[in-house]
Amino acid sequence: MIDVLRAEWTKFRSVRGWVLGAVAVVLLTVLVGLIGRSECSYPGPDGRDTACTLPLGPDGTAVTDSFYFVHQPLTGDGAITAHVASLTGELHAHGDTTPQTVPWAKAGVMIKETTSQGSSYAAVLVTGGHGVRMQHDFTGDTAGSATGRWLRLERKGKNITGYEGSDGSHWTPLGTVTLHGSPTTVQIGLFVTSPPYTEIKKESLGGVIATGGATVSTGTFDNVSRNGPWNGTSVTSAADGIPSDAVGYTEQNGTFVVRGTGDIAPVVPGGPSAGATITQTLTGTFAGLIGVIVLATLFITAEYRRGLIRLTFTASPHRGRVLVAKALVIGAVTFVGGLIAAGIAVPIGKKILKDNGNFVLPVSMLTEIRVIVGTAALLAVSAVLALGIAATVRRSASAVTAVIVAIVLPYLIALAPVLPLGVSQWLLRLTPAAAFSIQQSIQAYPQVANEYAPYNGYFPLPPLGGFAVLCLYAVAALGLAVVLVRRRDA
Amino acid sequence: MKPGPHTFSSMQAIEVTDVRKRFGSTQALDGLSFAVEAGQVTGFVGPNGAGKSTTMRVIVGLDRPDSGQALVNGQPYRTLPRPLSHLGAMLDASALQPSRSARNHLLWLAHSQGLTGKRVDEVVEQAGLRDVIKRKAGGYSLGMRQRLGIAAAMLGDPPVLMLDEPFNGLDPEGIVWMRGFLSALAAEGRAVLVSSHLMSELEDIAHHLVVVGRGTVIADTSVRELIATASGGRITVRTSARSAAMTILAHAGATVAATGADTLTVTGIEPERVVGLLSEGSVPFSEVSAHRASLEEAYMELTRDAVEFKAVPR
Repeated sequence: MIDVLRAEWTKFRSVRGWVLGAVAVVLLTVLVGLIGRSECSYPGPDGRDTACTLPLGPDGTAVTDSFYFVHQPLTGDGAITAHVASLTGELHAHGDTTPQTVPWAKAGVMIKETTSQGSSYAAVLVTGGHGVRMQHDFTGDTAGSATGRWLRLERKGKNITGYEGSDGSHWTPLGTVTLHGSPTTVQIGLFVTSPPYTEIKKESLGGVIATGGATVSTGTFDNVSRNGPWNGTSVTSAADGIPSDAVGYTEQNGTFVVRGTGDIAPVVPGGPSAGATITQTLTGTFAGLIGVIVLATLFITAEYRRGLIRLTFTASPHRGRVLVAKALVIGAVTFVGGLIAAGIAVPIGKKILKDNGNFVLPVSMLTEIRVIVGTAALLAVSAVLALGIAATVRRSASAVTAVIVAIVLPYLIALAPVLPLGVSQWLLRLTPAAAFSIQQSIQAYPQVANEYAPYNGYFPLPPLGGFAVLCLYAVAALGLAVVLVRRRDA
Repeated sequence: MKPGPHTFSSMQAIEVTDVRKRFGSTQALDGLSFAVEAGQVTGFVGPNGAGKSTTMRVIVGLDRPDSGQALVNGQPYRTLPRPLSHLGAMLDASALQPSRSARNHLLWLAHSQGLTGKRVDEVVEQAGLRDVIKRKAGGYSLGMRQRLGIAAAMLGDPPVLMLDEPFNGLDPEGIVWMRGFLSALAAEGRAVLVSSHLMSELEDIAHHLVVVGRGTVIADTSVRELIATASGGRITVRTSARSAAMTILAHAGATVAATGADTLTVTGIEPERVVGLLSEGSVPFSEVSAHRASLEEAYMELTRDAVEFKAVPR
């Protein structure tokens, strides 16, 4: 086996066109990913790109942190109880105001480190359509009952416990959390926020059109357990088409009416405050992949075309081993090429995105490594798939076409929002293009309303799950090739 | 543990037994059997389409026969580890990646057998390709490709060599070189099987001949026997004493016929004996010549019925 492997490696490196082809794969992957960068298009209220800088949550996640907060300082232990009498909303679009309560509109009680965006918090809240929740630090979300209206937050030492109740005396705990850094003095009070409304319309031709706009929700609280004085703060960073007098609060005989807009949630691409992802720096992968497919195909069809395959099989009569050796060589070459390409594209792409004023959603080191190594693995296993198909059909043109149709095409179709979401997602589950999920760098959050679609960077399968689909195809193609090549006359 | 020519046993180098192979409606090989022995050049001849190349592909395991078997040193080729040290083959000298240098072509082949670049340099030297080995194989003439193919076949220093039409595309100098090379290999004790569709190419170097036509062996014989059969043992004697010569030779048991004023045709007796008898009897003669059919003539005789495509007189 070592002999065959060595022979195949010698074969590959001794054809200059193939070595240059491997270099071209690297260049294509890097360069195509770097061209056509857009600048941040979210100018702030003062005309500068302030909205392009997103606040970070306590764990470094980019977050949206906009709401109206009626609050007072709290030092040491304490609690707040409130009854949400009503939560209604309205859509502000095209100068009109129409009633529209969005499912993730929130009204509730909150303990927050400071009124700065991104600071640590814990809250129990009523939503427009998802019942009572206890949320903290943007990503934490625990569902409560669907109908509860009584909310309570209690701070004892470091621990903050949330409760809900059906009346003001019976309480069900929802969870206990601690604030990041355990501050002594915190802000405690009532809040209302309201994420933008988005309606996705499917066009008859298969396209999608998103319509909607900002919303303002009004929460009415009574039976508030704490006395004033209260401060009203609009926690926000950007103008979002809402007049500043549309938010605020009034208090009359212990009844608070709070009007707020925005959201308290992790940022998701395609969501209300878009950020760039490191995945965007790898859009050139599909171009590099086409090069890989051509290279892997030629690695075997060139031998069939010249009759050289007979010499190969005369020297190494174990034909299965020859194919496996070829797969290992082309897999290793494309893996290294992919590693170099992604290793260059991600850091340089990130820098260019930032220089253009974009906010690159931060990801953990582990995720970044997975995306880079995953891209290399995607190219390598695709090469094996192409080799298997090429050995089966023995024709360059038909093999290249078949593999491009199997991997590159579904990916490009699914990424352009031309097909219904369901079709795009099935394409990315069933075809080898599923492996692109290994490049997904951002998480989906059930508590954040968003179109979790491929064109927003969300794949239907988890990273390794999608990659496994490609691996299955590659193993099947190579297996079929081995069976056929052993059975056929050479 | 290279089985060099000197350790070669008495086993048949190549043994083909009752091999049949059908391609679609064509019965390419129809019960073909023959053996190739060590220490001699065996010519594998027959018209185009007779099944020579198919047989060679079966021997190295490229084509699977429908029935029958082919053994190399007593084993099926496909079971041989590092097979190029058992049998070196040149089936298609043009099977090259044109953009790869000739040396790298030999190098990957060497690596596939666990051999190194050093061995490559040795066979390059043997094949006389040293000055052109760094060139791309695509730029090689057919003659250079034949030499490259020979170098490839020699990589494993095999006791058995099998070459398909090695004289194709060679210039006269190349033909001389190839003949010498093949004869030398046989003299070293190797078995050499050489196919050709032109018998004249094998004249003087082949010891043994396997003649095929329509997928079956027509003749499996030594060159000497084949020629003797075709010649019929006729001897021409030119003498001024015609009747004296006839008397002496007829007396010794030969059949003698007068074919001219001073010529006799003698059969049934060796030419050496003719010279001896005439000398003893003091019969003057100016010429004793054994008529020797050319190999080509003998071959044409044999394959007359086996030619696949023949001009049909209208």
